[in-house]
Amino acid sequence: MLSAPEVLDHNYLESRCLLLELAATLDRLDRARAGGGSDSVESDDRLQRIRASLTILADRDATPDRAERILRLFSDPAEG
Amino acid sequence: MQIIQPHYHAIARTAQDYERMAMSGVVAVCEPAFWAGFSRKYPETFIDYFRQISEFEPTRAAEFGIRHFCWVAVNPKEAENPGLSRAVIEQMPEFFKKPTVLGVGETGLHKSSPSECEIMEAQTQMAIDHDQLLLIHTPHLGDKLHGTRRVLEILERMPVNPDKVWIDHVEEHTIRMVKDRGYWLGFTLYPITKCSPKRAVDLIEKYGGERTLVNSSADWGPSDPFLLQECILEFRRRGHSLQEAIEIFYNNPARYLGQNPKFDIKPIRVEEIR
Repeated sequence: MLSAPEVLDHNYLESRCLLLELAATLDRLDRARAGGGSDSVESDDRLQRIRASLTILADRDATPDRAERILRLFSDPAEG
Repeated sequence: MQIIQPHYHAIARTAQDYERMAMSGVVAVCEPAFWAGFSRKYPETFIDYFRQISEFEPTRAAEFGIRHFCWVAVNPKEAENPGLSRAVIEQMPEFFKKPTVLGVGETGLHKSSPSECEIMEAQTQMAIDHDQLLLIHTPHLGDKLHGTRRVLEILERMPVNPDKVWIDHVEEHTIRMVKDRGYWLGFTLYPITKCSPKRAVDLIEKYGGERTLVNSSADWGPSDPFLLQECILEFRRRGHSLQEAIEIFYNNPARYLGQNPKFDIKPIRVEEIR
């Protein structure tokens, strides 16, 4: 198992890249809306899930089950 | 679609890359002189490297129907050794006479040290004196913002023609300062550093495609020459026309590089036959 500094070393650039891609996606969405696109996406459940995921990521006191919690956020509700 | 790959380190890549690039529409690549992954000790090693990219590499590319052009320079990392750098720079004008050498590049900054700045300035002056195109590398990560500002400060006190200068590896936080000054700018597509295909298309949509060159990573490190094709696909999937794609990925490099008459590939237009 890697030490904490090793985990950071191994994953820093990739994390930076993933955050940039997400930021660019949200920028793209905002530009599309500003350009006259439909504003209906704000109530779109998928966007709400993305925003809820960011809250999980931003929580410094979160337990190390962030990936599981985000997957649960993106899971379809149980039927019946 | 026909594509020009304006920044490609062929000596670090395989013949199979050439073959696949040819199959995907690449008609020309341009190879700036760069850091080999270790710092060279002798001026002669650079000279042999310049011979490799100006004499041998065009023959390797030609096997696949690809035109190969190159640039000569001491790269920013090795500019940390000014004595070695000046010994190399003295010999660069001989290479400007070769039929596929397009200019001075890539010079620029890595850590923005005094030696790097001194050598970038010397190479910029050489490009001015010999009326050569100039390709400027900007730093990779945390140093990029400061390094790009420093590059612009150096250029602003020299009599450069912005038409001839290409400042490479710009991203969201450096594009405006480069574009506002009228230089050509480049996006370099890497798997996890510098720019991604989607972000490059975002930047084209936001700032326009004028004076813009797009190149994919292609070196000895983690890199992927076909991110350029991925970027073209992303551009087209967003609804931009074939001619608009040609303008960015073929005509723009043809226009910029064509300022040196050795680069004789001309802009093209797609027309329907009636």
